Amino acid sequence: MIEFRDVSKTYPDGTHAVRDFSLQIPARQITVLVGSSGSGKTTLMRMINRMVDPSSGSIEIDGQDISQVEPVKLRRGIGYVMQNSGLLPHRKVVDNIATVPRLTGVPKEQARTRALELMDTVGLDRALADRYPSQLSGGQQQRVGVARGLAVDPNILLMDEPFSAVDPIVRDELQQEVLRLQSELAKTIVFVSHDIDEAFLLGDQVVVLAQGGQIVQQGTPEQILANPANDFVATFIGADRGKRRLSVSPATSRGDDRVLVDAGGYPVGVISAPEGRLAVADAGPKSRSVSNKTDQAGDA
Amino acid sequence: MNLFASAIAWILDPAHWTNGPDISAHLLEHLAVSGLCVLIAVVIALPIGIAIGHTGAGRGAAILVSNVARALPTLGLLSILILLLGIGLLPITIVLVILAIPPMLAGAYAGVESVDRQTVDAARAMGMTEWQIIARVELPLALPLLIGGLRATALQVIATLGLASAFAFGGLGIYLINGLTQFDFTQLLAGAILITALALLVDGLLAVVQRFVVPRGVAHGRSDPNTPPKRTPARRRRALQEGMQS
Repeated sequence: MIEFRDVSKTYPDGTHAVRDFSLQIPARQITVLVGSSGSGKTTLMRMINRMVDPSSGSIEIDGQDISQVEPVKLRRGIGYVMQNSGLLPHRKVVDNIATVPRLTGVPKEQARTRALELMDTVGLDRALADRYPSQLSGGQQQRVGVARGLAVDPNILLMDEPFSAVDPIVRDELQQEVLRLQSELAKTIVFVSHDIDEAFLLGDQVVVLAQGGQIVQQGTPEQILANPANDFVATFIGADRGKRRLSVSPATSRGDDRVLVDAGGYPVGVISAPEGRLAVADAGPKSRSVSNKTDQAGDA
Repeated sequence: MNLFASAIAWILDPAHWTNGPDISAHLLEHLAVSGLCVLIAVVIALPIGIAIGHTGAGRGAAILVSNVARALPTLGLLSILILLLGIGLLPITIVLVILAIPPMLAGAYAGVESVDRQTVDAARAMGMTEWQIIARVELPLALPLLIGGLRATALQVIATLGLASAFAFGGLGIYLINGLTQFDFTQLLAGAILITALALLVDGLLAVVQRFVVPRGVAHGRSDPNTPPKRTPARRRRALQEGMQS
């Protein structure tokens, strides 16, 4: 378990990146810190491996205050995956993956064997082992980044917007890959994202952050979706969700059939509802207002 | 016979390669003293340049000192030091080291600075110590620019060392001085050709080294993405694998 206790970070120029932040991150689960830029999410994550030291407050990993742990030692025990892979351009894929084990004195052959196994784990063809990062696609590079993060078999894996620079199709693949890996490996994963869809997909726990590391809401994706704590969260999850919210359009429905439309008013399917009622729990005022809009659009 | 041809003939004349302090002796002397000056400059400038590039601190000061050092008139400085220290190798070495430091320093910090900060950040986040970051990430990636600085340094030192022969130092500059004082323009031109040839030769050798030290992965990355790679069977196989990967 990782615990933040009243953590603040103030930079010399007076900006407060994070203010009085407290959070418990449960072990062996994925916790997603999600928020727009300026929310301090990356700063918070980088405090866990002491890439950033808090100005006040403390962080404990399994009860141990990490300010007492030497940063280099701490970092070698924590996997780190970053946005643009951060691979060493002058080293082959296999050497990149084996970097940290080699630093900690694992013999070369053993480190290489382990690195090749990790390539299997993250779904990379072993034939790529002797290529250089620049010869790989963006998605492949991120897989190498994940393999490198797992190389020392860490309990904790930090992932800093790892998939934001790859195209949507590859991103979907990689997200599924993370879920698959997590079901096998059960690491404590702290994942930073600005994409609420990604947060809801991956997170066992989602922490929605506003400016200065202020926790607006935390909980499972279901809890947050069902009960947005305030307008901020509603907007944050609605801005994206609205596009996909489906509703029934009375204007185009005939007889017992109900035509299902998306937020843009485009029909996406037909539900047969003989009793004239939809057995959908979420047929609340919101979806009705969307269908009203569709009505007006249809009339005009 | 024109002057240039006679200068070449003068250089090729076996008599100038065999008797007493001949061309080969002066050539070796020139190389040795140049090498010494470059070595001292590297020892001084390299650590400072790496420190500046790694920390990002002191860059302004380094540029200032470099510019001042570059602005110093070499011949004037040499004359003053000869008056102060007497004739000998010491004043010559001091002057040439002062001349050699700025390009070496610039090459070192520009090289280290040019390494992608995200790569360095990742190396640090993985748990590399600062020394490991310098030795295993920054230096290998900075090497091409570093050797570039070394080339500029060597070229300047070799070319400028000719001046020192005006103050009882041998080296290839001796032919310039003798030629001037004896109105022997063939010898003067021969000396100039020898110095130029030596400078270009060393520069060429270092240019080869520079190409050689470009890290392989980086060289791949630099290839122009607009020119399609040659379709060898091996490449096609790789392209297929890539397609399957993601």
